[in-house]
Amino acid sequence: MTAFPLTQKLERSATVFLAVVAAAGILLPLLNLLLPDSSPLHVPTYLISLFGKYVCYAILALSIDLVWGYCGILSLGHGAFFALGGYAMGMYLMRQIGPRGVYANPILPDFMVFLNWKSLPWYWQGFDMFWFAAIMVLLVPGLLAFCFGWLAFRSRVTGVYFSIITQAMTYALLLAFFRNDFGFGGNNGLTDFKDILGFSLQADGTRAALFAASCLALALGFLICRSVVNSKLGKVLLAIRDAESRTRFLGYRVESYKLFVFTLSACLAGVAGALYVPQVGIINPSEFAPGNSIEAVIWVAVGGRGTLIGAALGAFAVNYAKTMFTSGALAPYWLFLLGALFVFVTLLLPKGLLGTFYAWWDNRVARRGANAPSTNNAEDPAYFADDAVKPHMAE
Amino acid sequence: MIAADSRRTSALLYLDGVHVSFDGFHAINNLSLTIAPGEMRAIIGPNGAGKTTMMDIITGKTRPDEGDVLFDGRTDLTRLDEAEIAELGIGRKFQKPTVFESQSVDDNLLLALRDDRRVNATLFWRPKASGAERIDEILETIRLKDSRHALAGSLSHGQKQWLEIGMLLAQNPKLLLVDEPVAGMTDVETHQTAELLKTINRDKTVIVVEHDMTFVRELGVKVTCLHEGSVLAEGSIDQVSENERVVEVYLGR
Repeated sequence: MTAFPLTQKLERSATVFLAVVAAAGILLPLLNLLLPDSSPLHVPTYLISLFGKYVCYAILALSIDLVWGYCGILSLGHGAFFALGGYAMGMYLMRQIGPRGVYANPILPDFMVFLNWKSLPWYWQGFDMFWFAAIMVLLVPGLLAFCFGWLAFRSRVTGVYFSIITQAMTYALLLAFFRNDFGFGGNNGLTDFKDILGFSLQADGTRAALFAASCLALALGFLICRSVVNSKLGKVLLAIRDAESRTRFLGYRVESYKLFVFTLSACLAGVAGALYVPQVGIINPSEFAPGNSIEAVIWVAVGGRGTLIGAALGAFAVNYAKTMFTSGALAPYWLFLLGALFVFVTLLLPKGLLGTFYAWWDNRVARRGANAPSTNNAEDPAYFADDAVKPHMAE
Repeated sequence: MIAADSRRTSALLYLDGVHVSFDGFHAINNLSLTIAPGEMRAIIGPNGAGKTTMMDIITGKTRPDEGDVLFDGRTDLTRLDEAEIAELGIGRKFQKPTVFESQSVDDNLLLALRDDRRVNATLFWRPKASGAERIDEILETIRLKDSRHALAGSLSHGQKQWLEIGMLLAQNPKLLLVDEPVAGMTDVETHQTAELLKTINRDKTVIVVEHDMTFVRELGVKVTCLHEGSVLAEGSIDQVSENERVVEVYLGR
């Protein structure tokens, strides 16, 4: 039934997904670096960075699906964890600038010199080391999620009330990070990055490597989420989603389970943010905007919640559409379109794109099995939808 | 049927002078009740008599304003939460059948099976032969062997009630609280459920809340009638149903 989490056999859909992510992570950088600009197959660097951004969004979507799709916790504040991971990486990149800043201060970032600060605040210590920043990328969002979740879940704040306080959380952080004296560059945020681990951020090679790293993170993130939802703990999460008090009366400490999955999800969102910042070259307080978190939830709804893969696909699809629309004459109507998309998906495709596909596939297999029982191979229905945890919601 | 009285003298469940009010409404009013180990007790009473609130108190969902609730003669249930009480060995079946609809019958039982409930133990849980055997046994008992791979949501109403009873069995509690087990069942299913509860009662203590008097009669156990949050009458089904107050407030003439 369930083998050891990370080594368990992949179902077909997971294999396809991982193969696509791996192929993209290897092929696109190679097509960018090895082919001359004149070649029709050459992938321009701006596309590498754009796709890199999408991959980071896909990781964020994965983290939201883990809590929302499987445990029923609708967080409308995951953008905050994403941004905190981004800030942790941004702080490292700021310290890497060193004396190359406008004010040429070897220690202090430009904005601190501008504010007449004499020394580095304590919370900026250590960020000149990559390993330290990397730990903070996980630790800061994880710790915030742990404290926030501990208070909220222990007091049994659920449903829409929880969603609202997560919005308040990200809004509070937005306001805090806007302040100059908070020490994170205020309104402008952190930018003008020069290099990462000694490699120039402007170099094609670095951009390709960051893209490949994002794909690797997406694949690993997917495998981790999948092993969680396919374990017995995953069944408990579904149980909490579908009948929370029943789960309590069975003796499960619902708040511990929620806390675990919420913290894990926040760490994953932090990694997404950390990979995002070097690829877009800036992190500022607008990443905490409540609307960002809501948009990320829409990606998951569009792709299909409770499917993991669908969440990643939804992030790609919606953001690709956003890039298309906001670069043309339709740009002013993008938000209307996004809203309409959400309404459309909620009303007509409650399972999202992938969930609907799975349902259609199951149906097809069932019908084929009914028509030709003699050829009904036991392996066959398990073609696409044999995820140990069925992603399909009960009707 | 009530053979276990001799096993121990102290009560398995002991409620004394329990009060609960919601916004001034006295849902439970000086309720005192004693359940002996191995006993099966039927609780009847009109709507609003406090039957479900009593279950909520025993299982930790509601805290009483005053009064003692003791389990096994020593554990004060009013200080524990739902999960701790479940771990202690009190299982509960809800009034409306509540199973995990998007999961298979097997998985429903697996989730209920007595096991380490901590997060890390659940994350790294591996299937065990003993667990699978126990699930097979329970499936046999609740007659759902053929639908073990079906989604619980696709079961009929009566089958969901049975699955929920099966989940109680999987928890292996000392005390089962069963709220309206035969609501919405056919006559045959009702009869089968009575047989099932009698089987369960061979080694477990059971409290059944039920409106169906035929069913209560079939169980043939001591009956407690609640009214306005306290005990109105207690005794055999014949004694209770002849009690004038019971006839007046509940059974009707």
